Amino acid sequence: MAKELLKGNEAIAEAAVRSGLEAYFGYPITPQTELLEWLSVRMPELGRTFMQAESELAAINMVYGAACTGARVMTSSSSPGISLMMEGISYIAGTELPVVLVDVMRAGPGLGNIAPAQGDYNQIVHGGGHGDFRPIVLAPASVQESIDLTGEAFKLADKYRAIVVVLIDGSIGQMMEPAELPPMQQVDRQRPNWAVTGAKDRDRRILSSIYIDPENEEQTNFRLLERWNQIEANEIRYKEYYLDDAEIVVVGFGTSGRVALSAVRAARAEGIPVGLLRPISVSPFPYARLKQLSEQACGMLVVEMNSGQMLHDVQTAVGGKIPVEFYGRMGGVIPLPDEILEQISRLCYEPVAPSANPRESWMDRMDLAKN
Amino acid sequence: MQTEIVIAGFGGQGVLFAGQVLAYAAMDNGKEVTWIPSYGPEMRGGTANCTVIIADEEIGSPLVRYPQALIVMNLPSLDKYEQTVAKGGTVIVNSSLIERPIHREDLSSHLVPANEIAESLGDKRMTNVVMVGALLAVIPVLPIEAIEKALKDHLPERHKKLLPLNYQALRAGADLVHKERIGQQA
Repeated sequence: MAKELLKGNEAIAEAAVRSGLEAYFGYPITPQTELLEWLSVRMPELGRTFMQAESELAAINMVYGAACTGARVMTSSSSPGISLMMEGISYIAGTELPVVLVDVMRAGPGLGNIAPAQGDYNQIVHGGGHGDFRPIVLAPASVQESIDLTGEAFKLADKYRAIVVVLIDGSIGQMMEPAELPPMQQVDRQRPNWAVTGAKDRDRRILSSIYIDPENEEQTNFRLLERWNQIEANEIRYKEYYLDDAEIVVVGFGTSGRVALSAVRAARAEGIPVGLLRPISVSPFPYARLKQLSEQACGMLVVEMNSGQMLHDVQTAVGGKIPVEFYGRMGGVIPLPDEILEQISRLCYEPVAPSANPRESWMDRMDLAKN
Repeated sequence: MQTEIVIAGFGGQGVLFAGQVLAYAAMDNGKEVTWIPSYGPEMRGGTANCTVIIADEEIGSPLVRYPQALIVMNLPSLDKYEQTVAKGGTVIVNSSLIERPIHREDLSSHLVPANEIAESLGDKRMTNVVMVGALLAVIPVLPIEAIEKALKDHLPERHKKLLPLNYQALRAGADLVHKERIGQQA
């Protein structure tokens, strides 16, 4: 199929349609609304279900119900809307249902604004609702990757009966890039053997997240964890740039990852041996690869559009062996390549102690820049 | 090799579409390209802008601090973006609406009375395409023919009858810059 110029939000929506999405439930919020808008046209056209719910709370619970029937379902929202969905997300995890969720992040906390940000990392990667579970989280950095990972998200959700979050920010949702959509895949009407489909001529099935007996709940927790171990063993994804001989490793996901790529190229042009690791699955996180890189490099720089959330995962991977520095912009401000280049140069020419607190020194530098 | 273009004006001047036409043409010519709009609340009735990056390899940042080229359709846009253009960069100024001169002396600036040109062609909606034609006469990142093809392929169906006029507008913008150059040489 030929490349088309596609907007991120619409590309994800169409990729979901072509992955055999059967039902979508959602509620509008900028900068995600085009996704819902696209599906509001496409889904009825194909005789599939599109529902604009009365709230995010309703939408996620409709997704919960529809997922129980074994249908391929998804919802999408942006940061404040995702917060409203947290309870439902946890119930879906507890009931072990395959669901795809798209979070087009905007700045916060609170109502914040509609500009791009990555402040939901902790809420999604380390949270995603109460209780003891981990969602799979994929963080594309381009329109093409958003399409590819949307298809992948449905497969992973089915494979592990798990929630898969496609985590992008407003800029990827709003930007247009040439990209190729997958061929149309028909809706799979076959239902898995756990789905509730009406118990005529068979034993009834019960789907629930209630385990009154603590022993049973613990068993469920272990089952989720065993599945998670499988996910960690099989589903780690990342992309590497110029790492072969890199002595400085920049780490960034999504938009901050691709902005960092421009900075890394500029630094290379100046002769600085720097490379980039862009985690694509931020959950499961590429700890092992980062640990390996910490044996080769003499410093790392984590770049995020938040106050340093993935930073802690990188620090865990590196284990204090080499300095890990941080650079972030918040509030809907997108870092530009020259800012990151400056940090790469600093790391190259002014070595820092591994013990230094990266967030504190970043704040000091930001203060200096203001004055 | 990467070319960054910012197009800015007020809502209704076809700023976003002008950027999309460049992006379509770049894609059809096998280039990597990103188009990113400002999507803030200022979109409604206020200023609008987009950044287009055309490159030969995977594009990193979709935004740059110092773009190489700037199309400004109105005065607030010139005031806002003049300082951002990279040294030696290009500014295409819609002189129909912008009366002040360019302050920077390190830029290649081109005054294009795009509203008047569009109106003389019979349709003021052609303003944005005149500006694109002028830009490509200065920075040949894409051939004019590629833009014509992009317009032919991607102009909304209801506007297809305006295709010949769009071609004329494109050429008129480019011709103006060419003539200006010949004038300078003479």
